Amino acid sequence: MSISTSSTAPVPPGLVIAPQLPDLLLPVAIRRGVFGFLRNHPTVAIGGVLLLCLVLVGIFAPWLGTVDPTALAPAKRTRLPSADYWFGTDLLGRDIYSRVLYGARVSLTVGLSVAVLSSLAGLAIGLVSGFVRWADSILMRFMDGLMSIPPILLAVALMALTRASVGNVILAITIAEVPRVSRLVRSVVLSLREQPYVDAATASGTRTPMVILRHILPNTLAPMLVQATYICASAMIVESILSFIGAGTPPTIPSWGNIMAEGRALWQVKPYIVFFPAAFLSVTVLAVNLLGDGLRDALDPRMAKSL
Amino acid sequence: MSPPLLQVNDLKKHFPVRSGLFSRKSNWVYAVDGVSFEVERGETLSLVGESGCGKSTVGRAILRLFDITGGQVVLDGQRIDDLSPGGLRSMRRRVQVVFQDPFSSLNPRMRVRDILAEPIRNFGLAKSAAELEAKVVALMDTVRLPRDALGRRPHEFSGGQRQRIGIARALAAEPELIVCDEAVSALDVSVKAQIVNLLQDLQREFGLALLFISHDLAIVEHMTHRVAVMYLGKIVEMAPRQQIFTAPRHPYTRALLSAVPVPEPGAIRNPIILKGDVPSPINPPNGCRFHTRCPYVFDRCRTEEPELRSAEGGQWVACHLNALPEPPGPAH
Repeated sequence: MSISTSSTAPVPPGLVIAPQLPDLLLPVAIRRGVFGFLRNHPTVAIGGVLLLCLVLVGIFAPWLGTVDPTALAPAKRTRLPSADYWFGTDLLGRDIYSRVLYGARVSLTVGLSVAVLSSLAGLAIGLVSGFVRWADSILMRFMDGLMSIPPILLAVALMALTRASVGNVILAITIAEVPRVSRLVRSVVLSLREQPYVDAATASGTRTPMVILRHILPNTLAPMLVQATYICASAMIVESILSFIGAGTPPTIPSWGNIMAEGRALWQVKPYIVFFPAAFLSVTVLAVNLLGDGLRDALDPRMAKSL
Repeated sequence: MSPPLLQVNDLKKHFPVRSGLFSRKSNWVYAVDGVSFEVERGETLSLVGESGCGKSTVGRAILRLFDITGGQVVLDGQRIDDLSPGGLRSMRRRVQVVFQDPFSSLNPRMRVRDILAEPIRNFGLAKSAAELEAKVVALMDTVRLPRDALGRRPHEFSGGQRQRIGIARALAAEPELIVCDEAVSALDVSVKAQIVNLLQDLQREFGLALLFISHDLAIVEHMTHRVAVMYLGKIVEMAPRQQIFTAPRHPYTRALLSAVPVPEPGAIRNPIILKGDVPSPINPPNGCRFHTRCPYVFDRCRTEEPELRSAEGGQWVACHLNALPEPPGPAH
């Protein structure tokens, strides 16, 4: 039996050299750049692409074959989806396709604004209560108080105090979401404070504000970014709920919650009125959640890259 | 004669135990309760003892990572325990630290270059960007790490390499004393040896003093000049290496040494098994703190606390006995 070996060295008589084994694992290509990152983290890619599409749809709504979403056409009420009315028309003859596309603007604006505002407020409150011992108990008891009220109920109550407008919806949902972020930031800050590298920085002469900026804050951002995506998703749902129960966006502005609320009475005979905004809402929330899950895995610098 | 580099006089650190409603301070943990020692320039003093005896707290108190409860920390003739944060800053440069865990002692989001540059910038040790870069590169050479690793982040390194980065960061401030808080305990044996040798080389090269906090007596014996043994927040014995390892005077030191594994198969060991557990530092025993577990305990130990007193050969011991009885022979 002859065995081919890669070595050219003479084989001593009486010895048989084992054949070289093929590499079982293919070499891992190191992927760099934005596309490499997206290939390594497909959930981020899928969620991000979906969300990007929806944002583009919202921005370019006027040029996507839509008509005035508030134009009434009583003669063409409750038409089924057709070539003229892709998603059909509602009780007042308004084009649902146009309304859904314009509604994306409201949902995305509310979702993103609430995510950004509550993250900033939560970050500030969390940092203060993580670093200032006496402020901690006061702030946290206040946050506990806010958290004891269900967020939707709190938002409804806050909306009852003000006029219905998109800005007020954003404010109301933000106030309801801030306690969650500040709790998260506080807990992360408290654990980071005890890290030896923070002590080492203090020992090597870094002043406290700089310690926060350089060592605490960057390590807080990853969990906060992930939390922000979940807040964005939940804010969009809360906005729809508020609109649905008539406590949110004014009915003159098309939002997915408003469209669903108006179609509710006809749900059994004309389900498509509710179906299309609901489908868009679900896909948007799914996209944001996928993005959040993906970022959670991708942003941990210690996490080994998946093959 | 110039004063010793570091003088610690009757250092006390008590931590409040908060419990119940409104976080009342119900009790105190007497983590460090009256510790005094000196470290000379270029000297290694090892602080040994089991977990929870307060040795790390001593290290952190010297670094002034918290305010101490009592006593004095004197660096080169100047008290640093009562300095304001501003006044402290210039003194901080002279005492640096290397921590135990090579994974949590480096900020995972910073590049090695920035980690090493931080102390240099803080203390204004470099006049220009070029000088800063030169210093950072020189530090990498000093700790035997490749220069091209400067652009990497800590997770790309092994435990031993990370510990080298930690040492380089401590050296970056050009200190006179480095507190090594269990600096090699988390490393495996071969890496441990490399790091210990590196520390010894650096000590010779820069005339560094080391406060080597450890529970690993084999390593301590290899590299120290003097040893202080701590038990329950107090130093029970302090002596030059030779005396501690050949002629311990405190029963606790003797028990501690007898527990060190002998690297020889079949060697007859006769470890002294102490009774019971270490008492809680919340409620330390009266008299000698070791009396609840000491094999040679007598009445005086239960009421009167022994002072750390000087014995011959530069040895200090806190025990009422003048000499320890002969240890029992090997068990058969």
